[in-house]
Amino acid sequence: MDFNRELKKPSFRKINDYVWEIGTDFKAGMRVPARIFASESLINAMDGMVYDQVTNVATLPGIVKYAYCMPDGHSGYGFPIGGVAAMDIEDGGVISPGGIGFDINCGMRLLRTDLTLKDVQPHLKRIVNKLFESVPSGVGSKGFVKLDAQGFRKVIDEGAPWCVEHGYGWADDLEATELRGRDDGADGKAVSDKAVERGKGQIGTLGSGNHYLEIQHVRPENIFDEALARKWGIFPDQIVVMFHCGSRGFGHQVATDYLNQFLSVMESKYKIKILDRELACAPFTSPEGQSYFKAMKCAMNMSFANRQTIVHRVREVFSEVFGQDAEKLGMRQVYDVSHNRASIEKHRVDGGVKELIVHRKGATAAYGPGREELTARFRDDGQPVIIGGSMETGSYLLAGVASGAETWFTTAHGSGRTMSRTRAKQLYRGDTLQKEMEGRGIYVKTGSFAGLAEEAGAAYKNIDDVIEATHQAGISKKVVKLVPIGNVKG
Amino acid sequence: MPYQFLEGLTMADIAFEATGKTPEEMFISSANAMTCTQLQDVRELGTKEKKEIVLNAPDMEKLLHDFLSELIFLKDAELLLFREYDLKFTKSGAGLELNAVMKGERIDPKKHHLLVDVKAVSWHKFKVEERDGAWKAVVIIDV
Repeated sequence: MDFNRELKKPSFRKINDYVWEIGTDFKAGMRVPARIFASESLINAMDGMVYDQVTNVATLPGIVKYAYCMPDGHSGYGFPIGGVAAMDIEDGGVISPGGIGFDINCGMRLLRTDLTLKDVQPHLKRIVNKLFESVPSGVGSKGFVKLDAQGFRKVIDEGAPWCVEHGYGWADDLEATELRGRDDGADGKAVSDKAVERGKGQIGTLGSGNHYLEIQHVRPENIFDEALARKWGIFPDQIVVMFHCGSRGFGHQVATDYLNQFLSVMESKYKIKILDRELACAPFTSPEGQSYFKAMKCAMNMSFANRQTIVHRVREVFSEVFGQDAEKLGMRQVYDVSHNRASIEKHRVDGGVKELIVHRKGATAAYGPGREELTARFRDDGQPVIIGGSMETGSYLLAGVASGAETWFTTAHGSGRTMSRTRAKQLYRGDTLQKEMEGRGIYVKTGSFAGLAEEAGAAYKNIDDVIEATHQAGISKKVVKLVPIGNVKG
Repeated sequence: MPYQFLEGLTMADIAFEATGKTPEEMFISSANAMTCTQLQDVRELGTKEKKEIVLNAPDMEKLLHDFLSELIFLKDAELLLFREYDLKFTKSGAGLELNAVMKGERIDPKKHHLLVDVKAVSWHKFKVEERDGAWKAVVIIDV
């Protein structure tokens, strides 16, 4: 494996134990330095393309202060995964689909319950098997919400509130969802019929790859901030449900359509030169930039609706297994976060306040206390941040902090891969892994053993190291670690 | 018609190299590589569904990108995966036109050994080249 071929290794300037800077002298065209948030061991474990890609991002017009990479960073295309960049809208700042990703609003959702491990253990296999049936996953899966193109266009305009209106969820869920589950300003006219055709049957589906739905356990020793955990409905020995998915084929088509459109005008019309075609971009205020932003918001809403519908299915399954209403089982939503998106935000820059278009690709917003983006429920304590680890190790619930202003209030999104899928499949067998995991108390149901092998825990960085780096760097703080006992692998 | 999956080009996704003596062979190799990311063996597919598409692009590179993107679209929108391809390339104005007649089958999880879903074709490192009468493509697909 040679991810570093032909790549120059930068000399890092150590800002502190968890922040490393690559100066603008590293590469021609860098407008700002790059900063990687990581411990020394994490940064040494990153593949060389991360340095190349984060410094490519630093060349984009309008970028402010730094091109950032989070501790779980690994190579992607265009931006690295874990890449964060804010562009000054008034200064010709660009918007780039490559800074958001193909899976627009890929994100995480966490549901609490009143159930303990003892309550769930005897029913675990039945719950996981039923979830596998109720939440379709894998290649070619279709959801239970049947919509024609016109109906789907309503969903992409309205997002999760559409679902709640149609009985798929509770009004309270919206208070615990980023943007209350609707990215205002979505405009279906900016979306191709092709994107609609691809997505209209997929609401309520998990997807595949690293997408999953997990039953997790709150071990008493894994609660780091007891007061905040309690406030958010988390208690020792509790069972919670977490899942990871996005805007499915709809978002992927929006990204494909606009990458092609931007590539056709970027140089000829806007004289922008880039170092990787996946960094295709256009000035945010240009007709193309605005059109993409409106289409991206449609994909944001599709994804919110997708996760909202899945929540409904999860509640149905638990309700059936335990013979009680989901309300009685205490299945409230803790939070829902996106880790692939762009948004207009106000941030302090050089003593003033600027309006920026913030790109987060494989990076989670972690707004600190008092930020206007937070609903009243979370404004005093900061945003709940859900970070999914590998299916073998565990995931985390964190909180946004004031010192997160350094990264535009952004933190990591997952463990970050350290091994390619091809390599993981050579090293692991899905059926063996499934048996081993069951022996360790994690029951996995999957439609693809090859896909399971690709998601082996050893293919990822240690989630504890990643989270510790975000905590120590002051971009988010630990609240609780959640360990899997059941997994539906997409 | 040959393809091989590549190490070292992508950490989280799938990279492959596809070759052929003609553009047609190279396109079919690329399509088969992508299908075999999603399905254990392309021979699992029947041929009762027929689909015809016409694509226009300024060059062979963009045409291959559009062709693979169209296959991904048909996989999601119509649940189709293909086993047989009849491809014809013609010059069209300053660019190229591809007429494709494809035969395959609708995805059936009860019948097919499905693997990982493909989301998109990346432009990162995407390359098509002709050298000494042979065609080669390097492709990264997002999964």
